[in-house]
Amino acid sequence: MSRTTTLILLKKKSLFLIALLFAGGLFAKENEQNQENLSAKEIQKKEIKEYIMHHLQDSYDFSLFSYTNEAGEHVYFGAPLPIILWDNGLKIFSSSKLHHGETVAEVEGNHYAISHNKIYKTDASGTITYDEEHHATNIAPLDFSITKGVVSIMFTFLLMFFLFKNLADSYAKNGGIASGAGRFFEPIVLYIRDDIAIPNIGEKKYRKYMSFLLTVFFFVWFLNMLGLTPLGINVTGNIAVTLCLALITFLLTNLTGTKDYWLHIFDPLGSTMKWYAKIPLYIILIPIEVLGIFIKPFSLLIRLYANMQAGHIVLMSLIGLMFIFKSWLGSPMSFGLAFAISLIEVLVALLQAYIFTMLSALYFGFASEEHEHHNEMEAH
Amino acid sequence: MVGAGLVVIGVGIGIGKIGGSAMDAIARQPEAYGKIQTAMLIAAALIEGIGFAALFAVS
Repeated sequence: MSRTTTLILLKKKSLFLIALLFAGGLFAKENEQNQENLSAKEIQKKEIKEYIMHHLQDSYDFSLFSYTNEAGEHVYFGAPLPIILWDNGLKIFSSSKLHHGETVAEVEGNHYAISHNKIYKTDASGTITYDEEHHATNIAPLDFSITKGVVSIMFTFLLMFFLFKNLADSYAKNGGIASGAGRFFEPIVLYIRDDIAIPNIGEKKYRKYMSFLLTVFFFVWFLNMLGLTPLGINVTGNIAVTLCLALITFLLTNLTGTKDYWLHIFDPLGSTMKWYAKIPLYIILIPIEVLGIFIKPFSLLIRLYANMQAGHIVLMSLIGLMFIFKSWLGSPMSFGLAFAISLIEVLVALLQAYIFTMLSALYFGFASEEHEHHNEMEAH
Repeated sequence: MVGAGLVVIGVGIGIGKIGGSAMDAIARQPEAYGKIQTAMLIAAALIEGIGFAALFAVS
């Protein structure tokens, strides 16, 4: 009895000591930093902010990390990617010519330079002029470059193609039993069919939407997971990508919409009221319903984009704390928090893919509804 | 900036209420766990979406 109590006391004491040690380290470091020049700290903060913003953006090369060597030059570790421009004819050149935006590239007598992550046509010295609102006034050629994001999308596309081709083939080979990695993905495919598609769209019509639902689920999930690797990819946190995904949902919903779907929008009250009684209501109701058509996919695109973007910002900021604290307490704290947030992000990656698929299925369900109207007619 | 804070407070209250109600519902009907969870996640995601939209509009 007494032994255990002393043990607990000892433990408590040692914990307290450790905490005290860490706290001491923190304060000592802080005092040192106060004596230092304050502007150095400000510069560092700005640098971290720029670094985070740079990470969130797409880039013209696949660089993993960079450092400054003794000579003061930036050394990048990674691979250049092809830049494809349409500027009075196709211009294709490697992004190594731009040196991460530090130099001007010369291609067939034309000069190009990067400003704010965009390629502009410039003169030989690379001058970029700005108007009052700090927008570049140089000509921006049409840009079809294979950027980091495009490479990630292509990689995901190939991965998904071979994974699910394998799964489909294994059914034929093994007599209807999945093998290999397919054993992991088969239950997920079935879950999307049985718990997302059928309850929301209905037994009769779910089949024609299944290919899109499965594709979008795995596409978003894989890209979200790729975003959590140290490769520094942020594809689903790019509003253009989520816009295209939501656009497909929008088009599918409205192009496959049944008569009842459109009646629900333009004549929601149906035969429950005389036509002249409906007029004052419809002045308000119809614009709201029509707006709803656009708001639904818009909320999809904003949700996915904002969730992934916010996740990346939080994660990068927590890692950035390490360079602000620079103490024995700061680094483990930053590491621990970043680790915990990473785990949450793994959950969010799956959750966002699930939500996107779920809501798409819900909208398809609205578009393919048929029964409601007929019941109404019978009731009268 | 104050607006962003207000939005986050509102979203927090909203999602908290959804979570709390879902807990109550699960406690009453444990067999409907799956369905309640799905509905909860959808409702939470919808509120969250508005929160993010407002945050991005403010910043």
